[in-house]
Amino acid sequence: MGRLNINGEIVEVEFDDDTPLLWVLREQLGLTGTKFGCGVAQCGACTVHIDGQAIRSCVYPASAITEAEQITTIEGLSEAGDHPVQQAWEELDVPQCGYCQPGMIMAVAGMLNNNPEANDEDIDAEITNICRCGTFGRVRRGVHLAKTKMA
Amino acid sequence: MGKTLTLSRRGFLVATGATGLTLGVLGACSGPSDTEVDISNLPPNPEVNAWVHIARDDTVIVRIARSEMGQGTLTGLAQLVAEELGADWEKVTTEYPTPGENLARDRVWGDFLTGGSQGIRGSHQYVREGAAAARIMLVQAAAEEWGVPAGECTVNKGVISHAGSGNETSFGAVADAASELTPPTEVTLKDPSEWTIIGQPLPRLDTKDKVTGVQKYGADLQMEGMLNASIKAAPRRNATLASFDASAVSDMPGVVRVMAVGENAVAVVADTWWHANKALQALPIEWEGGDAFNSADFEAELVDGLTSDQAVTGYEVGDVDEAFSNADQIIEAVYNMPFQSHAPMEPMNATALYTSEKCEVWCPTQNGEAALAAAAQASGLPIQQCEVYKLLLGGGFGRRGMTDYVTQAVLIAKEMPGTPVKLLWSREEDQAQGFYHPTTKARVRGSLDSEGNLTGVNVRISGQSILAGIMPQAIVNGMDIATFQGLANPNNPRTADQSLKYTFPNFRADHAMRNPPVRPGFWRGVNANQNAIYLDCLMDELAEAAGRDPLEFRLAHMQDSPELAGVLQAVADTGGWGSDDGKHRGLCAFYSFGAYTAACAEVTVDDNGQLKIDRIVAATDPGYAVNPQQIEAQVEGSFVYGLSAMLYGNITFVEGEVQETNFDTYNVMRIYEMPEVETIIMPSGGFWGGVGEPTIAVAAPAVLNAIYAATGNRVRELPLNYRNLREA
Ligand code: FES
Ligand code: FES
Repeated sequence: MGRLNINGEIVEVEFDDDTPLLWVLREQLGLTGTKFGCGVAQCGACTVHIDGQAIRSCVYPASAITEAEQITTIEGLSEAGDHPVQQAWEELDVPQCGYCQPGMIMAVAGMLNNNPEANDEDIDAEITNICRCGTFGRVRRGVHLAKTKMA
Repeated sequence: MGKTLTLSRRGFLVATGATGLTLGVLGACSGPSDTEVDISNLPPNPEVNAWVHIARDDTVIVRIARSEMGQGTLTGLAQLVAEELGADWEKVTTEYPTPGENLARDRVWGDFLTGGSQGIRGSHQYVREGAAAARIMLVQAAAEEWGVPAGECTVNKGVISHAGSGNETSFGAVADAASELTPPTEVTLKDPSEWTIIGQPLPRLDTKDKVTGVQKYGADLQMEGMLNASIKAAPRRNATLASFDASAVSDMPGVVRVMAVGENAVAVVADTWWHANKALQALPIEWEGGDAFNSADFEAELVDGLTSDQAVTGYEVGDVDEAFSNADQIIEAVYNMPFQSHAPMEPMNATALYTSEKCEVWCPTQNGEAALAAAAQASGLPIQQCEVYKLLLGGGFGRRGMTDYVTQAVLIAKEMPGTPVKLLWSREEDQAQGFYHPTTKARVRGSLDSEGNLTGVNVRISGQSILAGIMPQAIVNGMDIATFQGLANPNNPRTADQSLKYTFPNFRADHAMRNPPVRPGFWRGVNANQNAIYLDCLMDELAEAAGRDPLEFRLAHMQDSPELAGVLQAVADTGGWGSDDGKHRGLCAFYSFGAYTAACAEVTVDDNGQLKIDRIVAATDPGYAVNPQQIEAQVEGSFVYGLSAMLYGNITFVEGEVQETNFDTYNVMRIYEMPEVETIIMPSGGFWGGVGEPTIAVAAPAVLNAIYAATGNRVRELPLNYRNLREA
């Protein structure tokens, strides 16, 4: 049992000590925008924010998170789905199958929180999410477009 | 003017008593009312014909049989329909008819198979005809209402007008009346010069939901009372389940059932998937039998096939043996392709609900009808009492054309009648239970005369046949024709879209089949992937041996294919081929899935022999380009898929077990390794080629040839896997 602050709301939810945040979000709270891809912190499909920092929720026990920490999922990134990164993604039609994209968007938004000027080297170093459809070119362009929207 | 076509009745089964049938149809589309799944709660919309429903608010609902798995088919097919219908694109939405509905309606939508880059090229004709028929009926309904000749009416963006009388109405207003008309027996399709929707780089229809997390995939399904299952099938190839000790895990949190699934698998069903999977990992299981297959040992069999006398010839021109015996020089090399896993980002999954009367399955599938048949077989119910609801796929790449996970889900649900059960595979299960890209090697040989002219080419393929593994009935006279993709006979209608486009005086492609006890599958790009490496890297080697420029040497053998020469010349021009800027470039051109593709790659190899791909220029001629910005996305994505295989892709077996069980050991390309792809789309018209797959073929060869340019070293063993490319 724990109290979590998710997308601005405090929720009380039951989970085991070792249950990763990913499964609490998906199975107990119905927040299925956060995806399961690998379960071992390799692919980034499960990326969410804790206090604005991107983390991989498949290996992050929910029990390690305090009520004071703010969890943001793709559903809570913006109210109308219009965060600058989401806008850029829509404009460039980034998603193909789309399954990796909530994680990709959260990873990019997290990077831009810390570094609104992120350049190509920053993208190379920080965006390690897997996309099997191969949207990397548009992801890169999307980051640069999102930056202009945030400026 | 376009050409007039006579329609078969099957092309557009029209509703009789339209509204009633439409209601019935939509009812079949909806999920069971006692669940939270809501596939469609649309108000009744008149069905003008099988392809098109039009709502009274003028919304056009295009019904798409093919599956959307990222390739943009949903949008592309909707463009085809909207074009012939004369619809307002802003009002177009799509939905899937169900496989059960297709069956009940005499397969009005044809087959549901989504593979072979057939989404557009395999359905453009009947889809456009259906839409054109619907337009004629809508116009006729309006004309009858106004008492004017239909021929005097015009259609523009969903509005029907009659200039003479000044009448105007919308599709929605006449849809009911149109649905009661007799369909036309002849339609005229628009000439490509008249297209205003086909050929436009329109945004995809499914993007918004994909950037907000709203899009539901199979893995995301939740239903009232649903339980979750995780499964483990025998890790060793073809082993069976001997026993398991359920009591060891039955007290673990959330566990509801532990059960055998078929002959070779065991599943845990629990309240959540996390609980189910955790218990499954703790479950003591014994397996028996199976093949202790070692992929390292299989090398010897592949090598044996390279020179075996026993081989089946797929395509032959002239007498290549004669050419070789008269040759001044013979260039010979051996290339390989290891096993690959599809590894779509969404692991396999299916949700099933079984009762003694009905079996329903919700799943991402590339083959809805096969999924329906699998549900019927596993449930033991007549197929008419089964239904499959397709969901968007989190990647398919060929893997989701198989139905093993559907069978498993139904077998589990059958043990728990009335309870929906979602089966989701772990990534480890997904890696361990694939239908892998087959492994082959090729011994390629080419001969030159004393003037450096190419006199003969032989591509000897040794290794696994996909068809022998999963469709043995398709093997004719010992031949798997799919093995020869891109090397096949242009005069055989069955292989024309996968045929050799080079012109060689003497040529033979032959195959010594060597099948390991590993189930193979269609993996995006299929056998064109390695056949392009085999043929085109040989061409590069031959050009060098002949002392000729690799571009000029290739073009000299493309005299009968201006399209292939066209894409190659385009990438060479744009890619800076021949410039003396000190950059290292490689070329490739190939024809497969009915489309012409080429690439020019630019690389650097550092002092430690490590590769950096600096630039890729690609060109594709798919005949017609329905949505250029989506073609561009498919071309870019094809490089990531093909180059991931070239760099890292290698599934290995030890004692029959897959060793690469997750992305930590089955590495794939990340953004830092991927340069921008500059895509040149050059549709030459007159044919409909594929888009989703053909470009993969040119990705690896262009880079391998560029590595040679950079190092003077031919890299023939895949994957590269960070090895020193400067070492022989
Ligand atoms: S699911 Fe968490 S990183 Fe892959
Ligand atoms: S869009 Fe399909 S995996 Fe990234």
